[in-house]
Amino acid sequence: MLYIFCPHCGSRSQNEFAYGGDATVKRPELNKEISDQDWDNFVYLRKSPRGKHLELWHHISGCRQWIKVERDTSTHEIFKTYKADELTE
Amino acid sequence: MSQDYRLDNIGMVNRNKKISFTFNGKKYFGYEGDTIASALIANGVHLVGRSFKYHRPRGFFGVGVDEPYAILQLERNNERDPNIRATEQEIFEGLEVKSVNCWPSVNFDIGAINNFLKMFFPAGFYYKTFMWPPSFWYKIYEPFIRMAAGFGEASIKHDKERYEHKYEYCDLLITGSGPSGLASAYAAAKNGARVILAEDKPRYGGSLLTSDVNIGNQTGAEWSEKIITELKSMSNVIVKNRSQVFGYYDHNMLVMSERISDHLPKTQKYLPKQRLWYIRAKEVLISSGSIERPLVFGNNDTPGVMLSSAAKEYIKVYGVLVGKKPLIFTNNDSGYETAIEFKKNGVNPLILDTRKEPSSDIITEAKNLGIEIKYSYVVVAAKGYKKVKSADIAKISDNKKDLSNIENIECDCICVSGFWTPSIHLASQSGNKSEFNEKIDAFIPKKSKQKENTIGSANGKFTLEETINEAFNKGYEVSNKITENNNKVSIPTVVEKKSTEHDKFWCVPLPKGKSYKRFLDFQNDVAVTDIELALREGFRSIEHVKRYTTLGMATDQGKTSNLNGLQLVSDIENKVVPQVGHTTFRPPYTPVSIGAIVGREVGKHSKPTRKSPMHQWHEKNNAVFVDAGVWLRPRYYKQGNETLFEASKREAKNVRKNVGVCDVTTLGKIDVKGPDAAEFLNRVYTNAWLKLPVGKARYGVMLREDGIVMDDGTTTRISENHYHMTTTTAQAANVLSHLEYYLQLVWPELNVNVVSTTEQWAGAAIAGPNSRALLMKLFPNTDVSNEALPFMGYKEADLFGIPAKIYRISFSGELAYEVNVESDYGNFMWEKIIEVGKEFQIQPYGTEALSTLRIEMGHVAGSELDGRTIPYDASLEGLVSKKKDFIGKRSLSRSAFTKPDREKIVGVVPLDKTTSIPEGSYIVKDPKAKLPNPKLGHVSASCWSVEYDNPFSLAIIKDGKNMIGQKLFAMSPLKNKTIPVEIVSSHYVDPEGKRVRA
Repeated sequence: MLYIFCPHCGSRSQNEFAYGGDATVKRPELNKEISDQDWDNFVYLRKSPRGKHLELWHHISGCRQWIKVERDTSTHEIFKTYKADELTE
Repeated sequence: MSQDYRLDNIGMVNRNKKISFTFNGKKYFGYEGDTIASALIANGVHLVGRSFKYHRPRGFFGVGVDEPYAILQLERNNERDPNIRATEQEIFEGLEVKSVNCWPSVNFDIGAINNFLKMFFPAGFYYKTFMWPPSFWYKIYEPFIRMAAGFGEASIKHDKERYEHKYEYCDLLITGSGPSGLASAYAAAKNGARVILAEDKPRYGGSLLTSDVNIGNQTGAEWSEKIITELKSMSNVIVKNRSQVFGYYDHNMLVMSERISDHLPKTQKYLPKQRLWYIRAKEVLISSGSIERPLVFGNNDTPGVMLSSAAKEYIKVYGVLVGKKPLIFTNNDSGYETAIEFKKNGVNPLILDTRKEPSSDIITEAKNLGIEIKYSYVVVAAKGYKKVKSADIAKISDNKKDLSNIENIECDCICVSGFWTPSIHLASQSGNKSEFNEKIDAFIPKKSKQKENTIGSANGKFTLEETINEAFNKGYEVSNKITENNNKVSIPTVVEKKSTEHDKFWCVPLPKGKSYKRFLDFQNDVAVTDIELALREGFRSIEHVKRYTTLGMATDQGKTSNLNGLQLVSDIENKVVPQVGHTTFRPPYTPVSIGAIVGREVGKHSKPTRKSPMHQWHEKNNAVFVDAGVWLRPRYYKQGNETLFEASKREAKNVRKNVGVCDVTTLGKIDVKGPDAAEFLNRVYTNAWLKLPVGKARYGVMLREDGIVMDDGTTTRISENHYHMTTTTAQAANVLSHLEYYLQLVWPELNVNVVSTTEQWAGAAIAGPNSRALLMKLFPNTDVSNEALPFMGYKEADLFGIPAKIYRISFSGELAYEVNVESDYGNFMWEKIIEVGKEFQIQPYGTEALSTLRIEMGHVAGSELDGRTIPYDASLEGLVSKKKDFIGKRSLSRSAFTKPDREKIVGVVPLDKTTSIPEGSYIVKDPKAKLPNPKLGHVSASCWSVEYDNPFSLAIIKDGKNMIGQKLFAMSPLKNKTIPVEIVSSHYVDPEGKRVRA
């Protein structure tokens, strides 16, 4: 079971969190023309990298904040965690 | 009552307490502190089971977790417990155990015929035999194999025992209380670290209990007793015996199973049977020790052949002789220690040493004691079927290839020592890639990705001095990192006998013309020939060889067999062991009972049970409850001998005719607040929300980004920046997460907050033509007329002094209101509604009537919004705005979602107006069409229409729009029914929606 550092609450067990997928996906802006291909990529296409991956976790049984977690998908090592409004470019 | 093999003056069992137990129905006795194994051996019993494949007789091979054979079935306190290792289970008064894998008895086992049918059971036999003819599989082969398979029989009764889970955090977890575990725990604890020390056996001390050493002028056993006593007295230390750390998981989470009551006749009142510990440790020291390696020779699985270290432990800890004419077969000095113990206790052993001219302190001591030793000698084969009676021994040539001087000598046990294998299981589970150490011919841990270190013999350190020094230093070093204290304790001096190098020889060649079975894996009956065959058949990867031959599988996890297997593969392949590598070690290290894994989460405790504030009223009024997610909801209120069908019909009819009240507390409720709340709802829902006035409710549908309907419900504008959103009972949690996702990550610029208020409000839906009349009496000071409180209107009102909120919304399709009060007043509200409603013939109605009402109205619910439907499919396309963008909108223009013959919801009525259509039935054109019959869609929900008094169903079918009026068939292969039906509109009752607006 992973031990995840929530930037709001501190280190907590994985069972307090829900996984939220790739944190680098950006939702296309509202009311903007977008091709079928680009939309499909946004909805369905995800990379499944081996190694470092920035992902979303929801501290669902804690502060209910979505956080970003930089994790190695093969070793589960967590390098750093971020608040939702960090790393937004 | 004398025990032939019990020694009088040695051992740690309590001679003052005799304990009787039965084995295979026969009564034996032992002493407190005995295991089943030690007690049986004391009584001269060695035959305890039959092997897995060939049903060969099985005795004892080890003395603890390393035991591959002696697996028994235990009866305790009227519970059956399979998979008990006789070497671990302590005896208690009244214990009953029996052998497994034998029929009719362990002495006369019919399955032993397999031993003579060996040619049918080669490696991978399950891929080869029992294949032909195919029709034999189900009726003959499979039942036969099933009967023959498995160790023991699990109980099918409910387990009445209690198991608990515990979460613990510590600075340092140490697994194993041998010399390295004790020393490091002591050093770390003295340096202020919070330490947990786990020992799987009842006694602390590990090898210190059996080895002839001296630490700080004390014997090993005395020193370990002193250290453990001091550790137990320290407040920063938790010491646990009978506790096996069996799994090493991510981020230094280790799981330990503590056997609290397994050694007692009955679980004590306030204690669980077992406790599972989830331990999050900052650092871990693995001091799990090492297991002696067997030597491989003919019939080396005969009862009476066992590890030499086990024989020594039976003498030193239990005061039990495993034999009176022992043959010690060794390739290193450890065998001598065992021989010396035999000799000291009046038994004359014979040592066969594979080495040519070894010399060391221990060997000298053995010689001085007058022990007979034969150098360059091996055991060729054990003789005897149910117990070793003699052994063929031979001189082996210097190149270890040729045997000469073969002779038969009498013996009653053969104690083997093929050197030591570090237990690297936990380290390996932590992600540690091991490395092969040439000096000890075994793998030891390398650098780990997690915060762990392996110490002592688990790390290949086989002298006590080295182990103690390393452990003291490691304990200090690791604790210093955490506590930053500098309290160093002094390291005691160690006196031990020096030993010399071991011989790499491990497998005795077969003499000419003999084909003895030489076993590698004792639990799974894997012999040398099986591995040879697997390699001949082209298996190369050790992982494949393992699975094909079952080497190192099952509960034993290759504790004794792994390295010899690898050695053999490397020999055949002309490789060295590190090139072959080892198979992956996986948790659990030892079997863990399912009860311990499940813990208290059984039955009603497996998930929370949520009850509405009106629950007790429902109970008192004969409600029959149904699980709705984690909620308990009244399904119907039983009157007299009513069935579910009769009751729900009565309740639903009463809503259509008079008035009913339904507990809707379980609906998800979310407060949406903030200046941008309207804009946010406008993006979340498919319809328009910017112009909803204060005091009005609106029905909304929300999608996922892929266009699929996620949830529906009404949202009411309470004030300018405050909305009250409702969700379905099942989706409440998901919707909240969904909203939080968009607010926190996608549109953080929106100034909106959301919070769940599901539990803050108790809700009652009042529905039926009399509902307004009832409302007028409930709220005499509030104008609830159609003009003042129209359909989709909202009002705050006073309910006999309690503030209430009235929403004029309807799920039943009747004139209806939902009244909400703060949860604490829920019961008050409900009782008032019932009391005041009496004159209007009010009846409470449950979820079954609720479903009936919504189905015949064509209102969609979870069975239609099933994660596969878009708004069009559920006839909700009228709610999809063309003007604005919202979550999931772009997906709705994908080609699959815009096909003209897209599935759509319809109503289905059986032609005979009497046969109910099972939910899940297929709608087909021709029931006799060739299979697979093309299916138009499925029946999503069925009810008995109280309006028309005939069955009615909803279905989602292809091109539903153009199917109205068609005569089709509903087929339920499951119920074996084919029902001719007519497709009608899904709005079966009041299609214009006049009633809700009345």
